[in-house]
Formats: sequence, structure tokens, C-alpha cells
Amino acid sequence: MNAEHKKPRYLLVWGGLALLTAIEVGTAFMVRGALSGFGIAEGTITTLIILILIGLAIWKALLVALYFMHLKWETRALKWLAAAPLLPATIIVVVVLMEYV
Amino acid sequence: MATHGAQAARFEQTSFAVGDKKLGMWVFLASEVMFFTGLIGSYIILRWGASSSWPGPGEVLNVPITAGNTFLLICSSVAMVKAFAAIEEGNQKGLKLWLLATIVMGASFVGVQAYEYTELVHHGFTPASGLYGSTFYAMTGFHGFHVTMGVLCMIWVLGKAMRGHYTRENHQGVEVIGLYWHFVDLVWIILFTIVYLI
Repeated sequence: MNAEHKKPRYLLVWGGLALLTAIEVGTAFMVRGALSGFGIAEGTITTLIILILIGLAIWKALLVALYFMHLKWETRALKWLAAAPLLPATIIVVVVLMEYV
Repeated sequence: MATHGAQAARFEQTSFAVGDKKLGMWVFLASEVMFFTGLIGSYIILRWGASSSWPGPGEVLNVPITAGNTFLLICSSVAMVKAFAAIEEGNQKGLKLWLLATIVMGASFVGVQAYEYTELVHHGFTPASGLYGSTFYAMTGFHGFHVTMGVLCMIWVLGKAMRGHYTRENHQGVEVIGLYWHFVDLVWIILFTIVYLI
């Protein structure tokens, strides 16, 4: 499973993670001001910011799991094992959020 | 040949076609996902169910310092993969140096977090400061505990590396501590977003 694709480009992943972190901080502090002139409702902007931030965080988490933890090159069985808790975790978060959304 | 046979038996492959320690670590990490999901689920209920308003990003917490700390943890993950890549090629010196770099950066992360806590407590923000205080300290505290344990385990792994325990053929220990370390980094990526930026 390893041999030929052994060398992920770690520095590229590192750069990507750093860039995404910078974009996240920028999103948290600058998007509201940038959008405030367009007459969009406060609540809509907040929801938009949260969705962007969650999306960026998941993107970063996937980069770590796939490249640093080498999941990309693991067997199908191990990938399933790693992904298994994501279903109950998602159910918990979604069910809890349904109370407030 | 006998030694080789003993080694092979010791690191017998599981039916997942990975080593026993590695499989054990992945199962443990799966349970860790549920542990942190429990914390996040409670946070959602406490935050959006709270009657009082919740401070916005940067109002109480110091985001620039923590963003820097996040970057530090990401860098430590890169050092960790470098250590693993080194021993895969039988590079003992590279393994030790990159492990040491990972330990230094991991310990620095905990140090910055301790500084952050000290400053916050100094300004009157404690675990008793309402739901915001208790959720903040519970989530970041449990993560900091994980980083601390990771640093301690890695010091142990470095000790074994110093004694030449790991080789090109046998370095499951390095891989396993690496998996734990990257997972702790991954959890921080999620927590940083939820606790500091949203």
C-alpha cells in the first residue's frame, strides 16, 4: 500500500494549512464589516460566517487526516475504521443543533 | 533468522493489514472522536441555549496569540511527519532531530496556553465566569491535557530513539505516536474554530 506513493508533499500541505488558518481568522473578523454595506440581515451574515468557518475547519482537518496521518494510502478497512465515529458524531451534532436552528 | 522470526511474531499484522499497535491507536482515536464530540455537543447546547448573550470572537479571548499557537501546532505536525519519513529511510539522526523539534514545539504550545490562562485569570476570566468560562476552560483544558500527554509520550519515544530502538524495518512506535500527535492537531483545528472564531 505504501511503497510507490510514499512521499506526500508535506510542505505543500503545511503551506495550505497555514493559508487556510489565515483565511479563517480573516473571515471571522473582516467578512461582517465587508458585507454590512449591502443591507444583508445580521443573522444571515452570522450564519454565512459560521458555515464558511466550519467548511474551512473541515478542509484543514481532512488535510491532516489524509496526508499527515497517511489515511490516503491506507487500506479500505482502515479508512472505514477511521471514518466510523464520524457518523455518530455527525448525528449528535445535527440532533443537538436542530433544537436551535 | 530466529531473531527475525521473533520480531515478525511481535509485530504480527492484524486482519486490517496494519500492525497491532497501529490498529490499537486507530481504535483509540475513534473513541477520542466521540469524547470530543461529547464536549462539542454540550457546548452547542450551553451556548445556544444560554439566556445571556455570548461574547463575539476576540471580545474576551486573545485571537492573534492563539492563531500563532495554532500555526505552531501545525508546524509541529510537519516536524512529526519528517521524523517518521526519516526513520522510514533508516535515518537515525533525522528521526532524533525532528522528534526533538516536535517536542519543543508541542511543549511551547502548552506554554503559550498556560500564559493565556494566566492572563485570562488575571483579568478575572475563570472557569467560574459563567457558561462561557466553564465551556472555554473545559474544551481547551482537555485539549491541552492531550497535548501534554503527547509531549510526555514523545519524550519517551525520543529516549528509545536515542538508544537506537527504531530501525528502517521496525518503527511502529514512531508511527503510532505520530498518529496521536496529528489527531491532537486535528482536534485543535476544530476547537480553535468553534471556541475562538465563531
